[in-house]
Amino acid sequence: MKWLDAALGRSKETKPNLDSLFALPDAAVTLQAAMSVRPTGRGAVCFRAAEGAAFSQVQGDLQQLLDADGGPKVEVSTDSYGFTWLLVTHEQDELPALVTELHAVNSTLQDNGFAPALLCSLVGFEAQGDRPVGLVYLYKRGTFYPFAPKGPEMRDNTLELQVRAAVGADLPIEPDLARWFPVWGAPGL
Amino acid sequence: MASSRYLPDRGLTARMGGTIFLLGALFVVLGSVLVYYFSYWGVIFIGGFLVVQWFYSDRIALFSMGGREVTPEEAPQLHAIVDRLCALADMPKPKVAIADTDVPNAFATGRSPQRAVVCATTGIMRRLDERELEGVLSHELSHVAHRDVTVMTLAAFVGVLAGFLTRMALYSGMFGGRRNNNDNGGAPIILIITLVSVIVYALSFLLTRTLSRYRELAADRAGAFLTGQPSALASALVKISGEMGRIPTKDLRQAEPFNAFFFTPAIAPGFSISSLFSTHPSLEKRLDQLGRISAQLNNPA
Repeated sequence: MKWLDAALGRSKETKPNLDSLFALPDAAVTLQAAMSVRPTGRGAVCFRAAEGAAFSQVQGDLQQLLDADGGPKVEVSTDSYGFTWLLVTHEQDELPALVTELHAVNSTLQDNGFAPALLCSLVGFEAQGDRPVGLVYLYKRGTFYPFAPKGPEMRDNTLELQVRAAVGADLPIEPDLARWFPVWGAPGL
Repeated sequence: MASSRYLPDRGLTARMGGTIFLLGALFVVLGSVLVYYFSYWGVIFIGGFLVVQWFYSDRIALFSMGGREVTPEEAPQLHAIVDRLCALADMPKPKVAIADTDVPNAFATGRSPQRAVVCATTGIMRRLDERELEGVLSHELSHVAHRDVTVMTLAAFVGVLAGFLTRMALYSGMFGGRRNNNDNGGAPIILIITLVSVIVYALSFLLTRTLSRYRELAADRAGAFLTGQPSALASALVKISGEMGRIPTKDLRQAEPFNAFFFTPAIAPGFSISSLFSTHPSLEKRLDQLGRISAQLNNPA
């Protein structure tokens, strides 16, 4: 009853879709085989921290959970738009472990009622010639899109479209190009 | 585990539903009078006018505010905020426009979320910081998601129809009446039509205003939950409301014949007249609601 919700001014919470995240390791294999694009072992979760103590509490718990495995600590940063990034670092060949940790962050936020705060996850890759390219996962859509920054505020669209063509069979790629928004200076790239 | 902090406001939904129901009932009353005594043509004519207004609402509003669509290169910050909010809310990205005026304001319009435009003035971008601007834009995007242009155009239909009918009846009473002097029963019909349309006009005016206030509250609510920052929106409201108070808010559709009708003191004491007529809820009401949302975000899930 979408029209009724609109008529009554009701907003439904948009539910995130976390499942497609686990398709990433397979796609990484394809990327390496097809284009020599290698994972960097770095990934980040981006969310909009809600105000108040409840959210800070959840975020603190999250960091403890991620740091508990004895690996490198998670790095927390806030970008210029007020979004928080949790950067997780692993070895290059540990992509499944990285994805599991990213998933843990997401499900923890979801379990604590902050699912709408999730913006995206980003997993860093590197194309030949040290060109960074990230695969960005949009929770609310359950889709991925590539983001390749080239210099200040310029995108390497050619590389992005190559990546899209290469992993199109493994990952659900966001069909609406207008939603491939740039994440300049994102940690993990 | 509970999975959501985003509790619906059932009271607000019920009040909004009731207002829409009453407007619908008024439309039935007026429509039957119109069809009984005149013809369908009046309804179709006014309906057509409103459909055109609704269809081109994005261009009309942009034109009247002097807004200009901007590319991501021209306004990277504004675009980035809208990009992120749309990704959070899972809605298509509207066009982004800037109006070059120092009046601190923002608006969203367009007949559907696919054809929407969000416009901020240079005045509001100068006065607000990024968090506050994000709050204002999330409020405007909620208007788009709730399809407020469509809902309010439909709601205004009754009022415009009643105003039109009143005029028609008055003119035909003044000019046509003399010609039909010998026609028995001509005058009472015109009297009935005038009376019905005046009453319908008065009621629909109050109801559309009430509906508009409820929809502002709903947009505040949805916007605050979207960003998780009700206080940023509250601070934006406080900042610009002081300056907005001096700016006339009179709408074109409001310039209708029976405005003076409402200033009869037929309202119970203790009830502020201005609160009944305004399109936006009072600042206190909006801040109260945002305060409650802030508390809700802090409740254990």
